[in-house]
Amino acid sequence: MSEPVSYLRVRGRPLLREVPGPTERTVVSELIPRKQEERPENGKTVLLDGLSKSFASRRVLSRLNLEIPAGQLLAIVGRSGCGKSTLLRLIAGLDRPSSGVISVGGAEVKSLQSNVRLLFQDARLLPWHRVISNVGIARTKNWRDSAAAALADVGLADRANDWPAVLSGGQAQRVALARALVSRPGVLLLDEPFAALDALTRMEMHRLLERIWNEHGFTTVLITHDVAEAVALADRVIVLRDGGIALDMPIDLPRPRRGAADTAAVSLQAQILDEV
Amino acid sequence: MTAGRAGEKGVLMATRLPQSRSGAALTFLASWALPLGLLVIWEIASRSGLLSMRLLPAPSAVAAAFLESVRNGTLLTNAAISTERALKGLIIGGGIGFALGILAGISRLVEVVFDTSMQMLRNVPHLAIIPLVILWFGIGEEAKIFLVAIGTAFPLYLNTFHGIRTIDVRLIEMARVYGLGRLALFWRVILPGALPSILVGLRFSLGIMWLTLIVAETISSTSGIGYMTMNAREFLQTDVVVLGVIVYALLGKVADTITRLIEARALAWHPAYRMNPTGEATS
Repeated sequence: MSEPVSYLRVRGRPLLREVPGPTERTVVSELIPRKQEERPENGKTVLLDGLSKSFASRRVLSRLNLEIPAGQLLAIVGRSGCGKSTLLRLIAGLDRPSSGVISVGGAEVKSLQSNVRLLFQDARLLPWHRVISNVGIARTKNWRDSAAAALADVGLADRANDWPAVLSGGQAQRVALARALVSRPGVLLLDEPFAALDALTRMEMHRLLERIWNEHGFTTVLITHDVAEAVALADRVIVLRDGGIALDMPIDLPRPRRGAADTAAVSLQAQILDEV
Repeated sequence: MTAGRAGEKGVLMATRLPQSRSGAALTFLASWALPLGLLVIWEIASRSGLLSMRLLPAPSAVAAAFLESVRNGTLLTNAAISTERALKGLIIGGGIGFALGILAGISRLVEVVFDTSMQMLRNVPHLAIIPLVILWFGIGEEAKIFLVAIGTAFPLYLNTFHGIRTIDVRLIEMARVYGLGRLALFWRVILPGALPSILVGLRFSLGIMWLTLIVAETISSTSGIGYMTMNAREFLQTDVVVLGVIVYALLGKVADTITRLIEARALAWHPAYRMNPTGEATS
């Protein structure tokens, strides 16, 4: 994918040259992750030190300490309202903590970070921009080339000139993922991005995320209420309860994972569910 | 609004009217059948003496008046003068309304200072101040342009303001996460997001623009379509009066068609407005 993708426009429809780009049907065969050793070291360490956040009189997070090593895929599980999304917004710099310090790659988070990208539960594409312009929303130098490459990465190179309104839910989330990838982030935050998708699409998105994570090597924090999803994807699962960490468990299952077919995964899921 | 739901809406809209070429011709015929039919009945009623020619002239008489006024140039001159007044008023009034709407939409301070006054003033029928306007400006061009400007400012102000305030805050938050500055946020999120509402405001303004102009030209003028009809009334030339009414209708229709074309182009992304799914990129 290092070749720049160039387009010929014929009546607004792109003709893809050079790189055929995986189409929807070929996605699954492409998704076998590479070996761990090949992963680039683009990830940034995320450090939370005594982090607290209160809204009015309600304390959502209290004195949270957590180190997320560079390149780790961490899943945070918890009931709704346990402060999962609040934690993610704090790491992204969208909100400020009531007390405590967050640092990403050694630098304290004081405002929005350009090397931290957040994927929302809904895709949040601008409906008045075509897919490619949505991916290149930051309009950095040569944004068309990098946006086209990111779209090819998520298997949607052929939808570059479509309006977001014609995409399916899964496709829209893949475009949102491509948009997050363009800037080569050190940390990718995912706020239940697959919750609204059907089961098959969700599994496809899991494999896609795993492959992209392997290729890019960013640190990932995935928020989910689906314990099976957490065990299927993460290196480590954390259960948030009453504003604190109730469980911190490494998941040492080999990749690619087989989900429910793996008895070890099922027993881990049971342990996590006990704590949620 | 999720992408999925928007897509469904697009499908529903697409099945509403036939899209093929013959279908388009059929749609065109259907939309003109009613006025043409009325015209035929009217002509028959006039010829048979059911309608007095003095009260309501036959369509053929109006057509004759049309040809005569085109030949001696009065129609085109007057239409041009009316259009010029209408557009000047719209640009001044609509421009002020649009600018205030934008400022009030993005700035809390401007909203606090202006919105209460605008909401109060918009309920005053602007034609009620005609006596004052005549005192201020006399019966010159300024009076008419001023009235049109007052009339067109409010719909654009209200709809621009409303359009900005109803933009999905989640999109604005997303834009912030992706590092868009204030200018980029305005041009790429706020303005396009408010555009459907702004164009609705423009259509309201266009309607009020012609209405105001008719009244203003009828009351005090020495040129324009309104003057032409009032002058014809003095001489009982009912055919010219009817012609004036028709010209106003046509001018209004032209203005409406132009806004529709703008909508189709600027809102090509919107499932409800999409005409050509493979249109050129607007970004």
